[in-house]
Amino acid sequence: MKAADFDYYRVDSLEDALDRLTELGEDAKVLAGGQSLVPMMNFRLARPAALVDIMRVEELRGIERDGDVLRIRAATTHGEVEHAAELEGGYEVLRAAAAWVGHEPIRSRGTFGGSLAHADPTAEWCLIAVALGAVIEIAGPAGEREVPAEEFLLGYFTTALEPDEIVTAVRFPARCRRAAMQEFARRHGDFALVAVAVALPDDGEPRVVLGGVGDVPVRARDAEQVLADSPDSFEEAARAAAAEIDPGADLHASPDYRRRLATTLVHRALEEAVADGR
Amino acid sequence: MDAEAAAALGGRWVGRPVARVEDRRHLTGDATFVDDIRTAGVLHVAFSRSPHGAARIEGIDTADAEQAPGVHAVLTAADLGDLEPLVPRLNRPEFVAVEFPMLAAERVRHAGEPVALVVADSPHAAEDAVELIVVDYEADEAVGSIEAAVEHDAPRVHEQLESNVLLDVPFADDPEMDDVLAAAELVVDAEFSSGRLTAVPLEGRACLAEWERGGQRVVLHTSTQIPHLVRTTVAGVLGLDEHRVRVVAPDVGGGFGQKCVVAREEVLVCVAARVVGAPVKWVEDRVESLLAGFQGHEQRFDVRAGFDADGTMLAVDADIVADVGAYSTHPFTCGVEPLMAATEMLGPYRVKHYRCRTRAVATNKAPMAPYRGVARPQMVLAMERLLQKAAIALDLEVDEIRLRNLIPPGAFPHISATGLSIDEGSYHESVELCASTLDLPAFRERQRAAREEGRLLGIGVSVFAERTGYGTEAFAQRKMAITPGYDTALVRMDPSGSVLLSVGTSGHGQGHQTTLAQVAADRLGLTPDRVEVRQGDTDATPYGWGTFASRSMVVGGGATRRASDLLADRLKTLAAHMLEADPEDLELYDGEAVVRGAPGKSVAFEQIARLAYLETHRLPEDVEPGLECTASFDPPGTFSNACHGAIVELDPETMDVHIERYLVVEDCGVMVNPAIVEGQVRGGVAQGIAAALYEELAYGEDGQLQNASLMDYLVPTAWEIPPIEILHLETPSEFSETGAKGMGEGGTMGAPACIATAVSDALAHLGAEVDRIPITPDRLHEALREREQA
Repeated sequence: MKAADFDYYRVDSLEDALDRLTELGEDAKVLAGGQSLVPMMNFRLARPAALVDIMRVEELRGIERDGDVLRIRAATTHGEVEHAAELEGGYEVLRAAAAWVGHEPIRSRGTFGGSLAHADPTAEWCLIAVALGAVIEIAGPAGEREVPAEEFLLGYFTTALEPDEIVTAVRFPARCRRAAMQEFARRHGDFALVAVAVALPDDGEPRVVLGGVGDVPVRARDAEQVLADSPDSFEEAARAAAAEIDPGADLHASPDYRRRLATTLVHRALEEAVADGR
Repeated sequence: MDAEAAAALGGRWVGRPVARVEDRRHLTGDATFVDDIRTAGVLHVAFSRSPHGAARIEGIDTADAEQAPGVHAVLTAADLGDLEPLVPRLNRPEFVAVEFPMLAAERVRHAGEPVALVVADSPHAAEDAVELIVVDYEADEAVGSIEAAVEHDAPRVHEQLESNVLLDVPFADDPEMDDVLAAAELVVDAEFSSGRLTAVPLEGRACLAEWERGGQRVVLHTSTQIPHLVRTTVAGVLGLDEHRVRVVAPDVGGGFGQKCVVAREEVLVCVAARVVGAPVKWVEDRVESLLAGFQGHEQRFDVRAGFDADGTMLAVDADIVADVGAYSTHPFTCGVEPLMAATEMLGPYRVKHYRCRTRAVATNKAPMAPYRGVARPQMVLAMERLLQKAAIALDLEVDEIRLRNLIPPGAFPHISATGLSIDEGSYHESVELCASTLDLPAFRERQRAAREEGRLLGIGVSVFAERTGYGTEAFAQRKMAITPGYDTALVRMDPSGSVLLSVGTSGHGQGHQTTLAQVAADRLGLTPDRVEVRQGDTDATPYGWGTFASRSMVVGGGATRRASDLLADRLKTLAAHMLEADPEDLELYDGEAVVRGAPGKSVAFEQIARLAYLETHRLPEDVEPGLECTASFDPPGTFSNACHGAIVELDPETMDVHIERYLVVEDCGVMVNPAIVEGQVRGGVAQGIAAALYEELAYGEDGQLQNASLMDYLVPTAWEIPPIEILHLETPSEFSETGAKGMGEGGTMGAPACIATAVSDALAHLGAEVDRIPITPDRLHEALREREQA
């Protein structure tokens, strides 16, 4: 469990980071906390020839709130998100979701943008980004571009990011007071067997997003339709979500059990989203 | 100083929760594990391990690896010359011995089996070079389960054998069995099974070998529980006199049995160091530990049990199979689990009729070592679930049916159907205390109300006898070619009056440097901080069997007490000479020998020691210099006992099991150090809960381990383990010198059955139950779905 040889570069600015990535080509990876990448390198499942560490790039760190809009720069740690005052007034669901992200040591190093770029289909931030309609801000040699989270996440560990591009921030366009996350894992801090994020915006379409049931965060569109037609039909929406997903099997859960979890967790998430105090 | 008062105190130190002397170094990061040993010029080993469960090796090309940067040597079986394989043996006709090769030559028999090794400048360089070794494997059909192994036309794990059965013992027969079962009011027929586990010590295996004196003598630092046996084995395999091998177990980060057998890596690192002429280190990583470290606990019990109408268990007829993996390990062999299961199956229950067949079955998995509990977690699961099934059928409460069958007070020693002599314990009292503490009637009331709300509450109980301090006689009955049992302690007072206690046991987290010093301190009349305990170094300790099977406090503690008593006598003899008193009138207290009833008439140990070492011309004529005594102890064995109780609540939607309350009522005789006893109970219960709800090595039928990382092999964390309440009973042992009984494994023995009976109780009104561990939400979902469909 020792990583194969690699070169390590630490950069101080986004410009340097982009220059390095261009120079190094496809075999380089951005290091943004390393809580997933480094274990994969130690297992030799990932073998980047070089790492470009962006953790000291000031312009990639921090959280801004401007009215409705919340912008989390890529290298902001999970822990910084968890404790950010900017979540008050409509983004509390991120605080609740952060508690599900690994353990405290992981949250103190792993980053928000790193999680999106890693694209584990069960990761809390990927689900939340899809549920709240977040936009991924990307910088590359050709300039900046933006991709909606749903179009950014393409498959297991696969995104719309080019090798010479960097996620710079994740922007949430609209607050959602009634949103919640639920998951079920065998152990505290594990990746969930099934995770659910729901958003019931006051003036928008409801979203129901499931993790652990496909190679990307999966929107349960039938369930969303049920809620659009009949906002209080939580049980029906939960059943619809379980019926429309097509989860796989692994050591810890059969497809059938995952459907059971989906029913339960969608229902619980919807109940939580509208619970008092929200 | 009042000698009378001192004598009245009796055990001044035994029985007190003395703070562990080990704690400081462990808590401050100051301990020395193998990987912490700094050796100039050390090189590092990495192993090329089989990716297949079963394959023939058609060729190995090491040319590129040899040329890789930083590589000093690449070794395969062909380079090992006439290095003999280990052939672990039981001297019984039903046992089939197989060779345990150091490096696989023609065949690999489990994923992770070592095929070649690289010695290089760094662990990184060694791992890089391992990737360049090209092994031409021709994959064979693997044997991935007990069921596959015993099929008529199953592929053979060992091609030269007629079957995969390495041990098949008709352990006990009872000609009346069929009649008794036919006449029984109730016959419960069930299959119980348990998943394959690995111990996951925080420190994996690790060794550092260095040849000294121009290659004449090897010093092997290794993370082991059995340093002397490693020495004997390494010397034997290398063809050396044992004085040319020194084995040192420094601080060892847990073993749980995984390190009480000899690993081939321990031998290979010595060989590699000789080849390259430099010190060589290997520190197992977690993937290796999961894949190639010794495993255990995968068993299946097919059992029929007959009961009469009042719940008396009349007969048990058991067919036991253990999946022992690809090889027998040295010295316990693959017989350790199946023979333990067959001998001790009935536990503390008085069952007249017993029949048992027990088998060890080879599969293409990593070999088995005696993991904490050894077969007892499984047989306790079987017995407790049988009782639960009968109790439900006969409408008896959990305590009633157990009290009806347990050895009652006054019936000790109890001779079991397999001839075991169970010494006095508090079986009834522990159940009564557990039931009253958990308030059974109140719980049933609460359970009824909860069920009406659709909630699933359950209560579980498990009772067991924990045989500990196995002596030579007990191991000889297993017919082991190498027969452990006794142990030895050497107590030496130095000229300053402080004591060095040197023992053959080899603690690795149990706190023996504290507890053995407490035992010696009491016998010698000094404070434990004046007793230094030395263990784990074959150059500095008497030959001994190390630490496993909950033996050290009984056997090592007994030897310590005996040796300390000899030294105490010697101190009294010299003091009597110095004080012109009768040795019979002397007491040892607070570092002095004092004449009983004559306050002020005393001599300090320093003065006695000065005489014994530095002024020997003043010794009596027939007294030799020095203050050094050695004694051995070899007990018949003694049984601890406990009753575990748990209340669980299942989430009816996710099927998650929440442990609301966990209670242990334990009796390990005299507690030398209650804080350490409670630590052992808590750690054991945590490992038992792991076996009950979380951990299982998942092998496919192809012999591939599908969860070789801690992401998927679910070791529970502090979040998953509930607070554990502990109540103590104390029935001193007649058979240990100290009154103590061993107690290192009880937690793991009781917890799986306790949880399984609790979960089954929670589901009883739905007609579902659990007979396989681990109990996972996925499996509970499946069980309920089958029930709904039925």
